Amino acid sequence: MNLDTVIFFAAAVVAVFGATMMIAQKNPIASALYLILSLVAQAILYVQLGGLFLGSILIVVYAGAIMVLFLFVIMLLNLRSSDDLGPPPPALGRFTKYAFGILLSVELIVIVKAARMPSKATGVLGFPVEDFGSVKAVSTQMFTTYVYPLELTGILMLIAVVGAVVIAKKENNAQVSDDSGSDRPAKKQVS
Amino acid sequence: MIDYVSALSIDFGLIVPEITVLVTSFVVMMLACSKKVSSWSSTVTLVGYVLALWFTTRQWGHQGSGFADMVTCDNFGIVFKAIFIVASIIVVFLGHRYLRVKGLHRGEYYALMLVSTLGMMVMANSSDLIVLFLGLEIMSVPLYVMAGMYRRSLESNEAGIKYFFMGAFSTAFLLLGIAFIFGASGTTNLRSIVTDFSYIANSFPVYLYAGVALILIGFGFKVGTVPFHTWVPDVYQGAPTPVTAFFSVAPKAAGFAALLRVFVYGFSEVTILSDVFWVLAVLTMTVGNLLALRQDNVKRMLAYSSISHAGYILVALVVGGADAVAAAIFYLVAYTMFNLGGFGVVTLLETRSGCKSEFNELRGLSKTNPYLTATLALFMFALSGFPPTVGFIGKFYIFSAAMQSGFVWLTVIGVMNSFVSVYYYLRVIKTSFFDEAEGTPVPAVLSPTIIIALVITAVGTLGLGLFPQQLLQLSQAAIFGMP
Repeated sequence: MNLDTVIFFAAAVVAVFGATMMIAQKNPIASALYLILSLVAQAILYVQLGGLFLGSILIVVYAGAIMVLFLFVIMLLNLRSSDDLGPPPPALGRFTKYAFGILLSVELIVIVKAARMPSKATGVLGFPVEDFGSVKAVSTQMFTTYVYPLELTGILMLIAVVGAVVIAKKENNAQVSDDSGSDRPAKKQVS
Repeated sequence: MIDYVSALSIDFGLIVPEITVLVTSFVVMMLACSKKVSSWSSTVTLVGYVLALWFTTRQWGHQGSGFADMVTCDNFGIVFKAIFIVASIIVVFLGHRYLRVKGLHRGEYYALMLVSTLGMMVMANSSDLIVLFLGLEIMSVPLYVMAGMYRRSLESNEAGIKYFFMGAFSTAFLLLGIAFIFGASGTTNLRSIVTDFSYIANSFPVYLYAGVALILIGFGFKVGTVPFHTWVPDVYQGAPTPVTAFFSVAPKAAGFAALLRVFVYGFSEVTILSDVFWVLAVLTMTVGNLLALRQDNVKRMLAYSSISHAGYILVALVVGGADAVAAAIFYLVAYTMFNLGGFGVVTLLETRSGCKSEFNELRGLSKTNPYLTATLALFMFALSGFPPTVGFIGKFYIFSAAMQSGFVWLTVIGVMNSFVSVYYYLRVIKTSFFDEAEGTPVPAVLSPTIIIALVITAVGTLGLGLFPQQLLQLSQAAIFGMP
């Protein structure tokens, strides 16, 4: 049993433990923290598979940004336990929940059994196989073949920020009208 | 690294108009920071648009692709870019006074409009589904904001939210469709898809057809075809009227540019598409027209009318082929002219205080503003397709293309729809000319900017109707440059 195997099983156990604890918690904040634990363990699994980039993105985006968002929402709503979310669903709802979970698990097992796993990553997208998924391979693609979409994405982000500011900005009444009497701006509509 | 760059063929010459528009929008954003200079933003916007239009016309006849085959410069894209820019210029003129009256004349408005135009131009020039999607998003995000910009009005807020949710929803369809196509073909490049089409269709028919259907739904939302049209009336009625004018023309033209590029060029061998478009076209024409009959608000009526016009243009997609594409481009140019004209008059009338564009507010208009009423009548005649306006010629080309390809029933339904539409367009003319006002009617005050907008659109509507030859040749030359 070499070190790789030890790390794999350790990370796998932690990932499953985190996921289980996440859905078993009554306190939403504890749930969110267990989800982070699970995600970090999953990132380790990705790195072991050679997906260094995917692993780091998983930590930065999911364990970082999205989890902070979750925690903010939970804190803003002031949820102390899952009871704050309202009465528990009726029996039928709970049954559907378990049935759906079991169905998804069965589906997962069937897919994993049916899939013919290739022994090695076979250059999808034309990546060179040896550094598939590495930061270098991804960034090379990003700044050569996909440089035009990348720049466009930048513009999209910029205009989304500008648009959010325009929508959220305080209205400036001084600018309202420099026209003559009959053209006063319409009063606030209440209907 | 050097050989990478040469293989990519990074050619900024292909995107000079786009860069011009982008730089202008940055300048306008800067101007918006200072109160002293923010009133310059409309002038700077116009200068930017005119420059971009000039660069676009310089590209005419030039063919090429670059940026790893993500951008294709061809006459088809160039004509559409010109349509977007001309429509935007007219909207700048048309909205100037309205925005001042409503307190919306801010630099941000113009910056958003410029970026939206940029997105449309990116869409028209793209030969890759990723770029097409990004262009669509760059176009849409400013539009959501523009729809909800008039925050004192609850209707405007409603329009912004509704448009945002429906837009985001439709984008999800589009993106999933692109993902399916990528799954089936291993590429998002339209040229590669066309080359390997028979292989893809034989190997992964399910993913291919699912992808095509989802992409169609995504664009169907954007251009407002019938099963996906529910957002159109509320958004058009609620948004500030110049923004509505912009909505009804430029994004619609961009959506059709994408539809034509993807379905007439990219998936031309999916034969079932013709039947699908047949159903969509008939539904869109008929439902749009029938619902327009029942409206008491002019803006809402024009919203349903724009749905029915989308139906007429869809006829071109049923037919397919070069003639139909030319007819669609001709119709879009014509539609840009008379629809912007119609909305221009509505915009002008809404600058009167408390005006909500109801039909009964038009009463007695011919007494107070006879020339304006005559112009309104001209646009209504063009919308309903009377000769000698360009509306008639546009419909004639579309339906003759359909007849030549043997779509007799489609043509019959289309022409019957045109007859139905005459009722509600003429109702505008009847109300404004022959109905007496209840009190003393308030005259609308003309401003130089709106006169410019109305003159451009009126001359376009009438001039192109009398001398359509030039425009027809132009649209016939606007072919896909992607062999």
